[in-house]
Amino acid sequence: MTRSQHGIPATEVGTSEWAIRTTGLVKSFGGTRAVDALDLAVPAGGVYGFLGPNGAGKTTTIRMLATLLRPDSGTAEVFGHDVVADADAVRHRISLTGQFASIDEDLTGVENLVLQARLLGFSRRFARTRADELLDAFDLTDAAGKQVKGYSGGMKRRLDVAASIVVTPDLLFLDEPTTGLDPRSRNQVWEIVATLVEHGSTVLLTTQHMDEADRLADLIAVIDHGRVIAEGTPAQLKVSVAADSDAQPTLDDVFLALTGHPADKEFAL
Amino acid sequence: MTASLATGNLHDALSPIARQTLPGRLSTTGVFAWRALVKLRRVPEQMTDAIVLPVLFTLMFTYLFGSALSGSTGAYLHELLPGTLVFTALLVTVYTGLVLKTDLDRGVLDRFRSMPMWRPALIAGSLLGDAGRYLVSTTIVIGLGLLMGFRPAGGITGVLSGIALVLLFAYSLSWIWTTLALLVRTPATLTMASFLVQFPLTFMSNVFVDPATMPGWLRTFVEANPVSHLVTTERALMDGTATTGQVVGVLLAAAAVTAVFAPLTMYLYRSQR
Ligand SMILES: Nc1ncnc2c1ncn2[C@@H]1O[C@H](COP(=O)(O)OP(=O)(O)OP(=O)(O)O)[C@@H](O)[C@H]1O
Ligand SMILES: [Mg+2]
Repeated sequence: MTRSQHGIPATEVGTSEWAIRTTGLVKSFGGTRAVDALDLAVPAGGVYGFLGPNGAGKTTTIRMLATLLRPDSGTAEVFGHDVVADADAVRHRISLTGQFASIDEDLTGVENLVLQARLLGFSRRFARTRADELLDAFDLTDAAGKQVKGYSGGMKRRLDVAASIVVTPDLLFLDEPTTGLDPRSRNQVWEIVATLVEHGSTVLLTTQHMDEADRLADLIAVIDHGRVIAEGTPAQLKVSVAADSDAQPTLDDVFLALTGHPADKEFAL
Repeated sequence: MTASLATGNLHDALSPIARQTLPGRLSTTGVFAWRALVKLRRVPEQMTDAIVLPVLFTLMFTYLFGSALSGSTGAYLHELLPGTLVFTALLVTVYTGLVLKTDLDRGVLDRFRSMPMWRPALIAGSLLGDAGRYLVSTTIVIGLGLLMGFRPAGGITGVLSGIALVLLFAYSLSWIWTTLALLVRTPATLTMASFLVQFPLTFMSNVFVDPATMPGWLRTFVEANPVSHLVTTERALMDGTATTGQVVGVLLAAAAVTAVFAPLTMYLYRSQR
């Protein structure tokens, strides 16, 4: 990997084998415990699938890891840096595509990307070149000069993903990146994930599409009520439910089995 | 894997891109100021209130009440226009808070907040960009005044220093609105709060009516009202009779407001998590 040439101090490279580690992570909103003593260990490199039913606490976890929310208790580290005490070091390594697009609807597509690139230290001209390159790659060139307000949902989503890869992050959070995308755009996101991983990045991906998780994820954690209820490779997870069913289980079956009757089952993997 | 559907461009765009040396505090602030200015151009609606109300008030008060209040419309305009500048500043700065609140609610700031940067740059830069908005509405009010026969004795110097002072004051004032923006739950609350603060402060001041005509208890309030002091200074600047003491007084007030509300804004902004 050529990362040390990219302005990241050599000492930071590869010293931690974990991209993410959390222990006993808790976050409550009022009376709701959105994340409840979550323990997570995500190895560096590869795609980590983060699955769970609506309200399981996926987004809340990602927001804590991306230094947007402060945990109530427990610890979380990204590449060995504490997300609270060492937030800036974490921010140097990550990039975020949140569940809800965080692009500026008043600006045009190209302005959004130029803004992003300028904030990352690109010169005016290089920022523009990079913006054009990304717009081209995401088939947004025709809409480059239009206000994002007038974009379709899928176009916004693509621009949002583009904004998060202006520089190659060591860890990319993708919170339901393919929701609302047409098959072609979805394939592009898959391609992005594969290419980033090829270059050595780690991707934490949440999705409601089990086939997507099956296809992309090297490891999967299923969470519910703010806790990890199962973890393993897609194959391991399937084996764990195969015992109670006759047919070849899909990840969908795994998901239903796990979250449909969560209380009374032990899933040893 | 799914290469068949992807374009070659995507692969090129994804080749590892160097993280650059991050921009300094000033450049980062500059980038956010640029953003605010671009938004100003893209969302002209932001400007309408900032233009329509001051214009409406200037016209209405001058022609409707001018003669009754000051004997002649010309004499009244002479007093009113510097006051309108201050009124406009009060009105327009609220938008800075509203824009911040909208950005926060829409999650626009999430990506910025997960990036390494000097935190105050976002707000300080937005405020700087918003100064562009004050400049536009101030220029329009002055232009309208000149058309209506406003001829201040202080000449160009007087008018320009009047504008500079009101801009500076507006900048300090907008920190109050950013503070409130970070405290309220909805943008509507902020608008409500702005009415509750602005209207008493402007109407119970010397902007529209000479305090000498008011009952004693009201005059006490009006004379203590900081808006009155600012307006008096503005009038003096435009007449070329301002004392150093008056100007320094306004500068000190602006500095005091900034010293309290800028750190408060930053504290609230940082603890938004
Ligand atoms: N800002 C907030 N204020 C109050 N409650 C919240 C907030 N954010 C999340 N919650 C609650 O926390 C719980 C977890 O929400 P979260 O968004 O993390 O779930 P999720 O797994 O991402 O769900 P989804 O699949 O629907 O995106 C939910 O019960 C939600 O209502
Ligand atoms: Mg979510």
